[in-house]
Formats: sequence, structure tokens, C-alpha cells
Amino acid sequence: MFEISHETLVAFSKSWGLFYLMGFFLCVIAYAFWPSNRMRFDRAKTSILDREDKPWK
Amino acid sequence: MIGKLSSTERQYAAVVLVMLAAAGIAMAALGRSDTLGVHGLLVILFAGGLLYPVLSGFYEPEPTEDREASYYDDPIKVGIVLSMAWAVFGMFMGVWVAAQLAWPDLAFDAAWSTFGRLRPTHTSGVIFGFGGNALIATSFHVVQRTSRARLAGQFSPWFVLFGFNLFCVLAVSGYLLGVTQSKEYAEAEWYADLWLVVVWVTYFILFLRTIARRREPHIYVANWYFMAFIVVVAILHIVNNLAVPVSWGHAKSYTIWPGVQDAMVQWWYGHNAVAFFLTAGFLGMLYYYLPVRAQRPIFSYRLSILSFWGITFFYMWAGSHHLHYTALPHWVQTLGMTFSVMLLVPSWASAGNALLTLNGAWHRVRDDATLRFMMAAAVFYGLSTFEGSFMAIRPVNALSHYTDWTVGHVHAGALGWVALITFGSFYTLVPTLWNRERMYSARLVEVHFWLAIAGTLLYVFAMWNSGIIQGLMWRTYTEDGALAYSFVDSLVAMYPYYIARAFGGLLFLIGAVVCCYNIWMTVRSVPLAERRESDVPAAIAVPGE
Repeated sequence: MFEISHETLVAFSKSWGLFYLMGFFLCVIAYAFWPSNRMRFDRAKTSILDREDKPWK
Repeated sequence: MIGKLSSTERQYAAVVLVMLAAAGIAMAALGRSDTLGVHGLLVILFAGGLLYPVLSGFYEPEPTEDREASYYDDPIKVGIVLSMAWAVFGMFMGVWVAAQLAWPDLAFDAAWSTFGRLRPTHTSGVIFGFGGNALIATSFHVVQRTSRARLAGQFSPWFVLFGFNLFCVLAVSGYLLGVTQSKEYAEAEWYADLWLVVVWVTYFILFLRTIARRREPHIYVANWYFMAFIVVVAILHIVNNLAVPVSWGHAKSYTIWPGVQDAMVQWWYGHNAVAFFLTAGFLGMLYYYLPVRAQRPIFSYRLSILSFWGITFFYMWAGSHHLHYTALPHWVQTLGMTFSVMLLVPSWASAGNALLTLNGAWHRVRDDATLRFMMAAAVFYGLSTFEGSFMAIRPVNALSHYTDWTVGHVHAGALGWVALITFGSFYTLVPTLWNRERMYSARLVEVHFWLAIAGTLLYVFAMWNSGIIQGLMWRTYTEDGALAYSFVDSLVAMYPYYIARAFGGLLFLIGAVVCCYNIWMTVRSVPLAERRESDVPAAIAVPGE
């Protein structure tokens, strides 16, 4: 049976684990700073201060 | 409460409770004189106690009003009451075990009241009883208000709330009877764990379905944190509690994880319990109640998103810092240490975001003790996450591990951050939910604030001192290379700090009792607010506005 050695696992995590982390980071940055998301973020952060206390339907 | 359920929902409730009672009978029959049998009896009593109001209200007229036109607040109210009841119980047990460390005679020579059995009743009582009920209650409130949608169920919120409390009762009573899995924060045995899975999955589905009802284009960030809390706690709970019972009639089980893997799974669970039970959900509270109370939008919404993903991604890897210098591979320890240090970035982003939201409203923080609770919580969050990152560094951990420094660190987080943000949220929430003009007494909120701050500071400083003295005494060698102090020497040195710690805890407990009284009097005697439209208490309750 194919055995994964300790070194293989460490090498895998040190390379692909790092790429995974960086890729994840870039995606989050892109989402947070995507220009067209500004509107919905601004709305979200102010809409919780509205005083209306009823569900929409 | 029953009057608001339709007859189909009442039938659901009755059927579920009868099934629960049947499960209790099975447990009692299989378990006999084992703790499992005692717990079976407890389940029967619990189900019967709830069945009584359901059946006595069974033929009341059905609700006529359009339920979809209003939010569902009854389970939230009950959740707050349960949370405060658990707070008083859990904190009392904490004071008791703290006093036992200074005066061991307080165990009174009984088995059930030994330190080893009482301590988990304190941790489970405050984390799950107080914290868990607060999280369920506030998550039900926040998800409805931010989604502008009513909870997606009439019966399921009650199932989640009472089901969770049944788990807490089974856990805490089990410890007193001598049952434990010997896993930190996961001491409850297999049958209670299975029950919690059912409850938690229901909670998850209820939360998702409520969010799906929203009309808002964007899901407000507080819900992300609550969501992370629910999802990750489910995963952690299931993986860490995989165990095989000795038999169906026995409370004892053995974990499927062997040796060092068991340790790693346990601390992956243990540290993420801190991260997702005691942090993520409470950050959800922070991101909703702080802006609402301060009447200012969060300083940076983008930053809140970045810190959300940072916290959820990094925390997953941090657990191995609990196992420095053990049989765990060195690189896994290093991984845990590295991620713990990196965690400082998203943690401080959240704390900073909260404080910058208050920038420009400091006069309100000065005048309004409720807002000050939340401000202090953000400060303690920043302090204890810094301390945590620092203590996760291997050489620092060599000094701090197994000492009271760890206990002090946990309480800086649990008292200073988790409890303060909860009290701040409750003081914001209670007048709104019960439709009162304000809390019964702003002065008592102020008293509670200073009791809580004084208690926390006393506690944390006592434990810092005692922890570092312990750590240093344990590593001091004589010229011949022998240990300079015996363990008993270090114990004697702890004595004054243990007294100070118990006193600090007592102050904190008194504060919680004051809070209970204030909530009780608000509900009983404060006049109703005029406008039912308004959900926002800040303009009503902030003194001097």
C-alpha cells in the first residue's frame, strides 16, 4: 500500500498549505474591496440602525 | 406561550415531549441503578414538566393575529431568563471551587462536593448555561432584526432552547454524580452528546431558514459570526465526542481516538470551543448591539469581513499550542504557535473596529454604563487575545503552562470579554424586548459595571501574580541542580492569591445578582414604552440625551 511519509506530508503542507492560505487571503481581500460591493456593505452597516421593528412581510 | 402556537404546533410539541419521555423511560430501564438510569428519570421529569403546560393549554383558542407581521420574541425572553439563572448558578459554583482552593475544608468530606466534580459544573454552567443560552437568545434576536424576517418556525425555537437546557442539566447533574468523559469542556457523556447533536442540527436549520427568508440583499456580518459559531461547534462536538459506550445500559464510554491523537483532537476541540463558542458568537453580539446602542454604524464594515475570515481560518490551526513539549510532533506544535501569533491581527482588527466605532461618542460611553460594558468588553477582548498569542509562544508557554497564569488568561477572556459583552447586550435588549422605556435602574447598571470591573481586575491580577510565582518556583534550581522548592512550597505561596481570586469572583457574582434583580424589576414595574414601532433603545435609555 502507498504510504505517506512524514517528510512528504510536511513538504505538502509547507508548499500547498501556504498557497491555499495565500489564495484564501486574496479572495477575501478581493471580496471586501470589490468596488461594486461598497453599496451593499454601506447599506448593511447603516440599515441595522433603522427604527422600524417589523418583518418585511 | 402555548396560546401563540397553532393546534398543529401544539400537537408537534406534545408528540416530541412524549417521545422524549419514552426515551427517558428507556434510559431508566436500561440504566437501572447506573447514572444512566438516574438521568433517564431526570429526562422523564423534564419532559413531563414541559408536557404539563402544553397539554393544559392544548384546547385554548388558536392565535388569530397575523404572526408573520411581527418578530418572534418569546423564546428570546425565556432564553435571557435561563441565561441569567445559569449565570448565578455557574458563578456561585466558581466562587465555591475558588474558595475550596484556599480552604479545602469547604468540600465538606462528601464525594459530590469535591473539587474535581464541582469544577466542571462551574465551567459548563457558565460556558454552556450562561453563555450558550445568551448566544441562542441573542442570535434569535439579531438574525430576525438584521434579516427583517420572523424566525422560520414556531416550535423549533422552543425545541432548540429547552433541548439545549436539557443537555446542560444532564451535563451538570452528571458531574455531581461522578460521570465524566475527562475531556475539558466536553465532560458530558455519550447520551447527552447525542442529544446535543439533534438539538444543534435543528438550531442550524432554523438559523439558515430564517436567513433564507430575508429580503435584505446582504447578510449582516453579525449573522456570519453566529453562523460560524453554530456550524463549527457542531463539527467540533461530533468529532471530539466520537466514543463507544461500555454498553447501552451504562453511562461510561471510551473515546475512539488513541493516545496523542486523542490529545490533539481534544485541544483542537478545546481551543476552538474558545474560538467559536466563546468568541465568534459574542463577536456577533458586539457587531450588532454595540452599533445599535451607540447609534453609530460600525467603523469599517470591510474590516469586519477581513477579521471574520481571519478569525475563522486561523483559529482552526491554533489548538496544538495546548500541547507544547508533549509527544505531539514538534512541527505541529510550531504550526499551532505560528497561527496563534497570527491570530492577533484579526482579533485586534475586531477590537479596534469596536473602539473606533465609539470614537466620537465617548461622552455616551461616559454617561451610559450599558455602552461602557461593551467598550470594556472590547478592551478586554484586545488584551486577552494579545495575552493568548503571547502565551502560545513555546518558551513563554514553558513558564505559563500548568500555572494559574492560564486560569487568569481564561478569566480575562471569560469575565472581561464574554460576560461583559453579554451584560451589555442584555441591558440593551431587555427594555426593547419587554417594550419598556428603559431599565428599572440606571444606577444599578452602574453598580453592576463597577462590581464586574473590580471583580475581573482582582481576579486577573491575583492569577497573574500567582501564576508567574508558581512558574518561577517550579523552575528554580539550587547550585547542585536540584529543585529549590517543593510543590507544597509553591502551594503555600499561592494562599493569599487564592483568597483574592475568590473575592474577585464573589464581586462578579454579586454583580450578576444585581443584574437579575434589575431585569426582574424592569419587567415588573417599568411603564410600557409608547411606540411599539421602535426597536432601538439607545435614544430612550441613554441618560442626558
